Amino acid sequence: MIRRAAPVAVVMLAVLVVWYAASVWLNYDTAANLADEGATRWQIVGDTMRLDRPLLPAPHQIVAEMITSIFGYPPDNPRSLLYHAAVTAYAAGVGFAIALALGVVLAVGIVHVRTLERSLMLWIIASQTVPVLAIAPMVVVVLGNIGLRGMLPKALIAGWLSFFPITTGMVTGLRAPDPMQRDLMRTYSASGRQVFAMLRWPASMAFLFPSLKVAAALALVGAIVAELPTGAQAGLGARLLTGSYYGQTLQIWAALFAAALLALLAIAMIDLAQSGLVRRRGGRL
Amino acid sequence: MAAELAVVAATPPRAETADGAPVVRAQGLSIVFGSGDQRTTALQDVTLDIARGSFVSLIGPSGCGKTTLLRAIADLERPSAGTLVVNGMTPERARLARAYGYVFQAPALYPWRTVERNVMLPLEIMGLKPEERRKRAARYLDLVGLGEFRRRFPWQLSGGMQQRASIARALSFEPSLLLMDEPFGALDEITRDGLNMHLHELWHRTGMTVVFVTHSIPEAVFLSSRIVVMSPRPGKVVDVIDVELPATRDLDLRETPAFLKVAQRVREVLRAGHSYD
Repeated sequence: MIRRAAPVAVVMLAVLVVWYAASVWLNYDTAANLADEGATRWQIVGDTMRLDRPLLPAPHQIVAEMITSIFGYPPDNPRSLLYHAAVTAYAAGVGFAIALALGVVLAVGIVHVRTLERSLMLWIIASQTVPVLAIAPMVVVVLGNIGLRGMLPKALIAGWLSFFPITTGMVTGLRAPDPMQRDLMRTYSASGRQVFAMLRWPASMAFLFPSLKVAAALALVGAIVAELPTGAQAGLGARLLTGSYYGQTLQIWAALFAAALLALLAIAMIDLAQSGLVRRRGGRL
Repeated sequence: MAAELAVVAATPPRAETADGAPVVRAQGLSIVFGSGDQRTTALQDVTLDIARGSFVSLIGPSGCGKTTLLRAIADLERPSAGTLVVNGMTPERARLARAYGYVFQAPALYPWRTVERNVMLPLEIMGLKPEERRKRAARYLDLVGLGEFRRRFPWQLSGGMQQRASIARALSFEPSLLLMDEPFGALDEITRDGLNMHLHELWHRTGMTVVFVTHSIPEAVFLSSRIVVMSPRPGKVVDVIDVELPATRDLDLRETPAFLKVAQRVREVLRAGHSYD
């Protein structure tokens, strides 16, 4: 345990040192302007870590802000960070589910139907060249005008952004069985469905899980970006936006950290599912 | 020992006692891959009968079409000309009727299945009841000496054990014809000897027909009732040698003059059919 924790702790310490140094450096002018006449240099340095609207908040300020905004209010209160995180997690989760379903269905189609490979792949790639992040606000507005409001438009953008790695991962995975493994199925005159269920699908799992992790992170980004426009009232994206309107840098950073924690949570859940499968396979994926 | 062998030798080899139509009949069989400049004739005008209950080895240097012939019998390659009949049917019908078990050069086990579940794979596909599947898997894993390893995963076994598992898998649905494509080619000599002995006993006990691709002369002579010698470019059959050795064999047989004589004969035919340019 110590062996594993030590490198992480060292990196963390290094980050903290650099961070504190950077926040002193970046906030010094602001602190100097606010300081009383005759304040010493060391007093100003101390002030750089206590500003209400620092350019770069010190880590302990962000932690304090997160603690008050998480534990200071009931979780259904719009001032609670948990409330906003839950709103974003819900949209990202639904988007991820859409991406998973769409990604797998597309991959199965592409692998099994030759014409689909030619016709679909082009559109799938084209869909990813659209700068979704840039037009997400527009998409949300358009969907809002046709009556789609709340969670669904955000989930759609999250899904759009995250289905691609799942599709490509699954296409590779479903094609992973080597000719000998496929010939074996042929010697048993297995049906197409049996080849899929007993060979292609289990072989694809080793490719599915890594792409799920990429997709989860993308779904979260998609949901947050979709919350930015139209003065969204809830979600981490809304927190970021109102934070930047009013110069609440502490609020912005707290929301960013909440997003990072959400991503870690999502990855941990995927890892959990993966290790369940690995256990059933005797220790290998 | 020599006297004992002579007595056993008096009983006629199994292939000659077998009656009825041949299991495999090839007539004027040719297989051509590619077209134009890329065109290669893998097999040319092969005519061959494989009798029920016989152990037939296909031997020859690389590129002589021995694997192609085996794959054609298994309906994994399509003949370009000539006829090929397996169990009185086209190879495709025979494959759909699950007439044969096939053992590949590599074990081709599915790594996500335990050894037992790998052996049960064909039984699952063929729709046997779970209870019957387990019974069969246990029987054939015991037969190849892997009974206690059934819960292991393929990558936890040695190469020889993996290949034995793949043989158990091919036997599990009890086909009357076993097609083996250099199954022991990647194994060390000692493991290979052991598996040869295993396979010989198995063939002797079950009376199944085996078609066996190899490029090892001692292996072919030890196992076979007939040896089909092939030569490359284009792949064709140059000779068929009946192995007049006792039906029951053990590894010591390989030191006897009778054995060496057959081996010498195979070697001569191989050399005649193959130029080293």
